Amino acid sequence: MKKFINNVDDFLKESLNGFGKAHNDIIKVNFEPNFISRKTKTKEGKVSLVSGGGSGHEPMHGGFVGHGMLDAACPGFVFSAPTPDQMQAAAEHVDSGAGVLFIVKNYSGDIMNFQMGAEMYSGKNDSIITNDDVAVEDSTFTTGRRGVAATVLVEKIVGSLAENGGSLEECKKLGEKVNKNSGTMGVAFTSCTVPAAGKPTFDIGNDEMEFGVGIHGEPGRKREKIQPSKIIVNNMLEAIIDDLKPQKNEKTLLFVNGMGGTPLTELYLVYDNACEILKSKGIEITRSLVGNYCTSLEMQGASITLLKCDEEILKNWDAPVHTAAMRWGM
Amino acid sequence: MSVSFLISQAKNIQIVIDENAAEIEALDQNIGDGDHIFNVQRGLKLVVELENDIKNLPLQKGLNMIAMKVLSGIGGSSGALFGTFFMSMAKTPDLDKNIDFNKACEMVITGINAMKERGKADVGEKTMMDVLIPVSEKLNELKSSNANMKEGLSEIIKIAEDRMLSTKDMLATKGRASFLGERAKGHIDPGARSSQLIIDTICKSLINK
Repeated sequence: MKKFINNVDDFLKESLNGFGKAHNDIIKVNFEPNFISRKTKTKEGKVSLVSGGGSGHEPMHGGFVGHGMLDAACPGFVFSAPTPDQMQAAAEHVDSGAGVLFIVKNYSGDIMNFQMGAEMYSGKNDSIITNDDVAVEDSTFTTGRRGVAATVLVEKIVGSLAENGGSLEECKKLGEKVNKNSGTMGVAFTSCTVPAAGKPTFDIGNDEMEFGVGIHGEPGRKREKIQPSKIIVNNMLEAIIDDLKPQKNEKTLLFVNGMGGTPLTELYLVYDNACEILKSKGIEITRSLVGNYCTSLEMQGASITLLKCDEEILKNWDAPVHTAAMRWGM
Repeated sequence: MSVSFLISQAKNIQIVIDENAAEIEALDQNIGDGDHIFNVQRGLKLVVELENDIKNLPLQKGLNMIAMKVLSGIGGSSGALFGTFFMSMAKTPDLDKNIDFNKACEMVITGINAMKERGKADVGEKTMMDVLIPVSEKLNELKSSNANMKEGLSEIIKIAEDRMLSTKDMLATKGRASFLGERAKGHIDPGARSSQLIIDTICKSLINK
């Protein structure tokens, strides 16, 4: 294992420390229980958004705490869901009386821990569960689709509505709409290495890729031989379009997300290929996001998310945001 | 059952889990993401370290402190499920009285029922519940009969092992392995294996007492 690390037990603490120091103009990091909150108090009447999940997906979620997005984020150990006391403490810290909306990715550990946190929190609260990953069949016989990169879009768009006075019910409704209108497909070329494990999570050949990979390096739909980018991107988009069924000329946001080990140069190449393919299918791209937002440590790979946009979604996407990882309009 | 009994069991379990850590980690890397063993090891370490703080406490208080430690110190699915287990055990009535075998069975059954509720998983879904639910059913049978306790515990050891092995050919419908579909077949569930080792260790120590 080659990592910047001193000792496995201090890995998360030192990383959170650095995050707190680097962004002390907008956030602060609370330890034991661990959560990241905005530096300023939630203004009265504003619904608070609290998210969280295992660490190793940075900048998700701590990098999205700030004006126009989250109020707090609860980081768990690397790839392990955070614990209920973190969510309870974060909710108590940020709630200004208008209630707390928990944003949870659909993974069993996250669901259970957030549920317990919500039960322990005495204030008004509700939850949204994201499940945008089209690689997994959504049926009554599985845990269902995983919540992956579209969680970033949900946090941004709902964050804007909350900032502008949306009620808990309205925020939840918009979050569910964004989730329902999003589809994501991921591909990995290499594995990642969890610090506590010290070795790669999975073996993969030099000429192979995992199609439909999750954000923890957990296997996806199938193992395939690597192909030219245009073919990979086409297969990813077909899986998304099959699921999302966008209308001709429907406006969309195209989000190309890096898994941590793929350079931006390649992510923009993927974006170019995706634009060409979508254009040939008559799908209009009106907004874009390219970069490492929902990562899996040092895994090489990328995911593509397509979000069907209406006026409400576009307005809230364009609204100002100021967080460690996303900033525009202010 | 007492707090010191729980701590001594945690120590026994810690040794067995550490001995089998590489195997459990490998199982998890086949069908999960490899965090299960670290979560279980971290949890056991935390419980063992609580010894001096809780060894003289009444059972209910001790259980609650273990529950909070497990809940806040582990994370992932294991933290929520094992935390729920101890929290619910602590809610069993009449814990201030003498805890005999029947009462201990009742406590474990209550704990496993709560885990089932929290995880919304039943038998046949390739999770730790494939081991724990049949064990709980057997305890329920033993509790209301006058069966020989040691024979009953031997049967439980057998049930846990059979059920752990049975997860090998199952399709997963809960947890991260469910995302694999057919590819999960042929691998024992790591949570079922760690649960079986825990049950095996406790039963053997009671039989040899």
